[in-house]
Amino acid sequence: MNKLKNSASEALEGVLFDGMTIMAGGFGLCGIPEYLITALRDSGVKDITVISNNCGIDDFGLGLLLQTRQIKKMISSYVGENKTFEKQYMSGELELEFNPQGTLAERCRAGGAGIPGFYTKTGVGTVIAEGKEHKEFDGVTYILETGLVADLSLVKAWKADDEGNLVYRKTARNFNPVMATAGKVTIAEVEEHVPAGNFDPDHIHTPGIYVNGFIVGTEHKKPIEIMTTREYVA
Amino acid sequence: MPWSREEIAQRAAQELQDGFYVNLGIGIPTLVANYIPDDVQVILESENGMLGMGPFPYPDQVDPDLINAGKQTISELPQTSYFSSADSFGMIRGGHINLAILGAMQVAQNGDLANWMIPGKMIKGMGGAMDLVAGVNKVVVIMDHTAKDGSPKFLKECNLPLTGSDVTDLLITNLAVFDFQGDQPTLIELAPGVDLEEIKEKTEAEFIISPDLKTN
Repeated sequence: MNKLKNSASEALEGVLFDGMTIMAGGFGLCGIPEYLITALRDSGVKDITVISNNCGIDDFGLGLLLQTRQIKKMISSYVGENKTFEKQYMSGELELEFNPQGTLAERCRAGGAGIPGFYTKTGVGTVIAEGKEHKEFDGVTYILETGLVADLSLVKAWKADDEGNLVYRKTARNFNPVMATAGKVTIAEVEEHVPAGNFDPDHIHTPGIYVNGFIVGTEHKKPIEIMTTREYVA
Repeated sequence: MPWSREEIAQRAAQELQDGFYVNLGIGIPTLVANYIPDDVQVILESENGMLGMGPFPYPDQVDPDLINAGKQTISELPQTSYFSSADSFGMIRGGHINLAILGAMQVAQNGDLANWMIPGKMIKGMGGAMDLVAGVNKVVVIMDHTAKDGSPKFLKECNLPLTGSDVTDLLITNLAVFDFQGDQPTLIELAPGVDLEEIKEKTEAEFIISPDLKTN
């Protein structure tokens, strides 16, 4: 089966509905599905709950969906560096649920693996623990966190083969593999489509079972948020 | 003379042991990487999914797919590995990281740490800080001894929302170092030219003084 779709809008056809929950991979602007986010914006789907570690910047990434007020709620660990976000949150237009970053990642992993909840030490004694079940194991207190699933997961990978097997590149991997497992439908965006048999099966990061379709982006922008370099010393 | 930012980082670097897996927070903790002693090899973890973090890249080697948890461009080393956020926090929560060094707004005498939000201000989020303080074996906290208005930041109880409860193992300020191994924090070291009177005056937390108090 060849899961390649001709365009982002074709890949999302019949999948979108108002009020849906969408996971989007990425850490900052690294490893985000640029073309799929733009297609979401163009689709006009609204009242979305977005599960993503961050919310892009004002004019790139998920920030685009804030400009058009398509996001109703964000579930994230960190949302700095985005004035539009701040404005909409402060005015009460936008709901926000903070999750510790590891809890967010594990909630996605658990959701994708059919695990409804898990216990963790993270957040014990903080506002995160309020209203959650506490349980002691060997004298240590843990809190219950729940697994997350989404109506749709949008992930960014480096390469895909016909089957939708995915390989990520460097730190652009981040949340993408766990989110790929936790979407009822998962669409990937890649930089290169390789023929079947091109990957060493031992080196595949996300097996194609999790991927319903993928698109190939032609020129990913990949903006850099904070450029830091060192100088050559002669 | 109180310690400068660089000197605090240098003091924190003394906590690194050969073979340690270490996570450095954003800000002064990042500077610690510049002061790793020559006879010590550590592997730096970046919680966005990397072990073996290298220095900033040369200008022509910048790669947008290669950033640290502070979103800065970085480079890789021969021993580098990459993994997902879930694997990354698995190693943090599973107690596989030996040491974390991070900044703080307030620390309490029982080891409570507050470093992620100020009520009434826009909250940016805790990122990975709550996972790090809950999961890493040893947590070293770095902060100025007092706030800009001179009020103490090492307190009986934090009044800012907590990042973690009873999580601090060592506190390094620009004036002194406190160890949290016992029931009460112990003052173990003073910055150059800082005396006990100054520490008592600028500290709200109750602490005991080590019989081996080190002066610089």
